[in-house]
Amino acid sequence: MLPELAAALTLVGLTFYVVLGGADFGAGFWDLTAGGAERGAAVRAWVKRGMSPVWEANHVWLIFVLVVLWTAFPEAFGSITSTLSIPLFLASLGIVLRGGAFALKGQAGTIAEARALGATFALSSVLTPFFLGTVAGAIAAGEVPVGNAEGDAWGSWTGALPLLVGALAVATGAHVAAVFLGADARRAGRQELVQAFRARALGSGVVAGALALAGLAVVNSDAPDLYDDLVAGAGLACVIASALAGVATLVLEWRERFELARYTVAVAVGAIVAGWALAQEPYLLPPGLTVEEAAAPDATLAALLIAAAVGMAILVPALVWLFRLALSGRLAYEEEPRP
Amino acid sequence: MIDGALGGPVEQEYLLQARQMQAMSFMVHIPLVCFGIAFPAMVLYLEGLWLRTRDPFYKALAKRWSKAMLILFAIGVVTGTILSFEMGLLWPEFMATFGEVFGLAFGIEGFSFFLEAIFIAIYVYGWDRLPERVHLMVGFPIVLAGITGSLMVISVNGWMNNPTGFRIEGGEVVDVKPLTALFNDNLWHELVHMYLAGIIVAGFLVAGVYAYGWLRGRRDRRHRVGLVVALSFAGLAAPAQLLVGDWAARTVAERQPVKLAAFEGLEETTKGAGFELAAGVEIPRLLSLLAFHDPNAVVQGLDSVPEDDRPPVGIVKLSFRAMVAIGTGLAALGAWFAWAWWRRGRLPSSLWFHRALVAAGPLSVVALIAGWVTTEVGRQPWVVYEVMRTEEAVTGADGIPIGFAALGLVYAGLAAVAYVMLRRLGRQPFHAA
Repeated sequence: MLPELAAALTLVGLTFYVVLGGADFGAGFWDLTAGGAERGAAVRAWVKRGMSPVWEANHVWLIFVLVVLWTAFPEAFGSITSTLSIPLFLASLGIVLRGGAFALKGQAGTIAEARALGATFALSSVLTPFFLGTVAGAIAAGEVPVGNAEGDAWGSWTGALPLLVGALAVATGAHVAAVFLGADARRAGRQELVQAFRARALGSGVVAGALALAGLAVVNSDAPDLYDDLVAGAGLACVIASALAGVATLVLEWRERFELARYTVAVAVGAIVAGWALAQEPYLLPPGLTVEEAAAPDATLAALLIAAAVGMAILVPALVWLFRLALSGRLAYEEEPRP
Repeated sequence: MIDGALGGPVEQEYLLQARQMQAMSFMVHIPLVCFGIAFPAMVLYLEGLWLRTRDPFYKALAKRWSKAMLILFAIGVVTGTILSFEMGLLWPEFMATFGEVFGLAFGIEGFSFFLEAIFIAIYVYGWDRLPERVHLMVGFPIVLAGITGSLMVISVNGWMNNPTGFRIEGGEVVDVKPLTALFNDNLWHELVHMYLAGIIVAGFLVAGVYAYGWLRGRRDRRHRVGLVVALSFAGLAAPAQLLVGDWAARTVAERQPVKLAAFEGLEETTKGAGFELAAGVEIPRLLSLLAFHDPNAVVQGLDSVPEDDRPPVGIVKLSFRAMVAIGTGLAALGAWFAWAWWRRGRLPSSLWFHRALVAAGPLSVVALIAGWVTTEVGRQPWVVYEVMRTEEAVTGADGIPIGFAALGLVYAGLAAVAYVMLRRLGRQPFHAA
């Protein structure tokens, strides 16, 4: 019972990170692809306005997942981080470059400085989720054995499935971001930006959907056990939920109903994460290590779950307040004066 | 002996580089933590002054500081993330074996960090948008989360030096009591020591910036007030740190006698041990007096354990001295300020006072890092004191030197850009309206 609850807690954190952190990465993707300095200025400014007050909080979900994992499933954590040290290290470098560049961008004094920082931010926004995605893909593909760097340092995360999940992470992030930024534009009555993000949302939505479908095919060939559980029972329910929510999101985007699309897109992405977890169940690190086996002693799990319950009771209202303030445009966005 | 959850020790050619990489990441992160601990309280103090006096000058300065606070917090967020990754990337066996014992503290720290991130965003972006009282109130959770966050991280460090809350049976960790581990005996003195260090470092660095401006002829109100506020924090914390340092040293003497021997380079167990002030100048019985408050106490020497179980003495001894010397100097500087303020109600106007302040900022960072080197290198060769060796904890993965170099380059770049940008923030026109 306790191990499952701890696994569920990890999953909740992971889902929030994939949706909210993913949206931050995706915002960076739209910054990267916004075009030349002049043409892309409006989109870039909108990305900055949307991200500034929330990106640090969104990012903390990753820390949350890490600490829950190493407390509740220490053996799995050590196995993952040692075998997948290369993509994890590259992702962590990306996180530093990205956060550093974003935080300092506001003080850039010249166009050249702003460009260099902007490019660093945008490029690392694409690479970081890609590498984190390969980590998830490698776990799903059963490439992480229990032990200290027991798996293949390169081969474990460069197979078809990890690479595809990496690409999927980039695409879903871009899609979620386009929806969130479009909804912000809608609220603020910036019609030209609504149009810009509508096109981006539809495009990235189609790509993300196609990658998710391709993912199913690759799972079928590379991880047949996982596939069997994805097309039956709870796994199948998640796949269907994700597909329906994905299609609903595209329809809502087409009709510029971004406010509702915010929620459907979160469901579409969250259902992929949940489906993966349910299909993989009872394994934490397939094919060998189950959630039960990997779990810390009950005393630790109980203490962690109680701490998490108390923490959530404080955290959730605070987080809701932050998002309400940010969404209602009440958190100031002042353009820094250029010296 | 402990077996290790991942199957025991592995070959790792680059253990030293792994340790250095971890140390570098801490050296980058810890000074930022100091700002996380102390800066919010300083900004809130200024905001309080604004609400009380209605002098818009205080508000403008608080706003300016809060911007710098946000930038430093953001860089702290990402450098802290690197540390969480490195725990697994470099020391997977340590995490896999003991994560279940000490992990709870990090779980609670995660929530503190979350609240800090949320309220700092609301605070900094909420100027003029939230009702004044609400805005001030938003600042308090930031200060509080800074305390609970450091409490939890320090708890893990305290635990590594004083591992409790589990037993070892047949090479396995059993009978885990996470709360016992969390509230280990090292927690309280380490917490107070680190918390004061945070105030000292952030306070002297901020004061140093304004003292530098003062020396360059910028003697306006902003420089005066900035200096006084920052010094009010650091100047009081620095003398208090001497007392806490004494408490810390006595705890080490009691619980980690070999580490204490390394502080002083004491080879042999000695009754009434002396303290070497400088090369060749030894004050008899002082070490016994300092460590046990008894001039005749027996101080355990390095020879009390086999050579393999001793920490590298040279660097620990040097760091300890650097920390104590700088700390004493900072305390004197703080006392100078406090005395002048108390007697004359204003800052000392001497050039040397301001020059000393400019030096005090970077020196306080040196003392901070020296303190960490003292406690962390002094813990070697153990990652979990007298339970697991650092070499048993390290990863079996290749490429540590490449990672070390890459991260070093990224940090050098980040530091350079952050320095330029913060300087620019300081030079922006200041409107007290």
